[in-house]
Amino acid sequence: MNTNSLVSIDDISRDEILDLIERARFFEEHPNHKILDGKVVATLFFEPSTRTRLSFETAVNRLGGRIIGFSDASTTSSSKGETLKDTIKMVSNYVDLIIMRHYLEGAARYATEVTETPVINAGDGANQHPSQTMLDLYSIYKTQGTLENLTITMVGDLKYGRTVHSLLMALRYFNPTFRFVACDELRMPKEYRDFCDANGIRYTEHTEFDAEVLADTDILYMTRVQRERFSDIMEYERVKNLYTLRNDMLEDTKPNLRVLHPLPRVNEIDRDVDDNPKAYYFEQARNGLFARQAIICKALGIDIYKEAES
Amino acid sequence: MTQNKKELAVAALRNGTVIDRVPCGALFQAVRILGIEKMTNNVTIGNNLSSRHLGTKGIIKVADVEFPEDVLNRIALIAPHAKINIIRDYEVVEKRPVALPDEIVGIVRCGNPKCITNNEPMRTRFWVTDRDNVTIRCHYCGHTVKAGDAIID
Repeated sequence: MNTNSLVSIDDISRDEILDLIERARFFEEHPNHKILDGKVVATLFFEPSTRTRLSFETAVNRLGGRIIGFSDASTTSSSKGETLKDTIKMVSNYVDLIIMRHYLEGAARYATEVTETPVINAGDGANQHPSQTMLDLYSIYKTQGTLENLTITMVGDLKYGRTVHSLLMALRYFNPTFRFVACDELRMPKEYRDFCDANGIRYTEHTEFDAEVLADTDILYMTRVQRERFSDIMEYERVKNLYTLRNDMLEDTKPNLRVLHPLPRVNEIDRDVDDNPKAYYFEQARNGLFARQAIICKALGIDIYKEAES
Repeated sequence: MTQNKKELAVAALRNGTVIDRVPCGALFQAVRILGIEKMTNNVTIGNNLSSRHLGTKGIIKVADVEFPEDVLNRIALIAPHAKINIIRDYEVVEKRPVALPDEIVGIVRCGNPKCITNNEPMRTRFWVTDRDNVTIRCHYCGHTVKAGDAIID
């Protein structure tokens, strides 16, 4: 069984999340810790994702490992009709770790079933993207000093946004309170509201995005409302500016509030928010590097603290 | 006596398996799942028979075959109240309900066109997440479907 792989945030326990956060903190202090000497890592990007690939490749490079791979499947044998299984089996012969992005949902889970080489899921369609969730968790931990008992307000596309779903699932261990802010068409799906009910997680739902909903918020998690998600374009035109964060909305919020966004941002956060000390989305992206260094070392079974002493 | 006549509406079996209380709409799916179409044994299939429990029901009798339990349990997805009768020398020697397994391998096709299982030559895997409403979840993409709406291959 392929046990070191990271396919979904649901696969890891509370202790493993906290351990990964500790490791991320270690890498923030020692970003160029060369512990992957002699290791070769494959980055297999069956669909392009420049941001994620650069982050993972920077992580490997800073750890002193080497990288092979591709950033677009059109240049590989899969365009000739090779199965995913065959590609994974072939690459497994060469590398110590596979980091893969795929346009099909469940691709990473399947990959772990055909190889003993550990696999890190760097996103499989609309399904899972656990390294994004780990960087969100690390960002929350860093800015709040804890993951426990926080009020998290999620705004925008709560229906299709995989980052908000994964974050919600991961926070189940930490007694959160959620405020879900979205229009009816992009409301948090029933399956996740049921999940909250079943796990005793408090939540409230709002269609108005105003100062009131932000009053007790610790983390404001913004997402992009995308035109293609709407069956009714008129509805999109009506709501597209209702879920935009303006700088003045942050005036009376808690001093510890931080604004997160998985990026790319379009117009859901006004540009003048960028200079507000409560804006955290660019630092959040930087935390992705440390979170991914932690995930890579865990997948390879490397004891980073022991290696640091020697 | 009338009761006996009713039972004999479908030919009695000397040895073999009777699968009773199959919902009418699921009968032919059950036949396919069990691979009965390819069998050369004596097979009797009845449908729209009156049933005290279901109103109407389907029934499958296969002579000289006793299916492994895990094979029979595959039909629990579409016929959760089906009853299995094992017949030896005209006697019912065993009578039991089908049991829904925790995991369903093959049989069901994932309804998500972007699921890896619909794009790669591989077997599907589902987990039963809700026994009361017979709901299953794709092991790969997480897509959830009620068994009644599931696409059976």
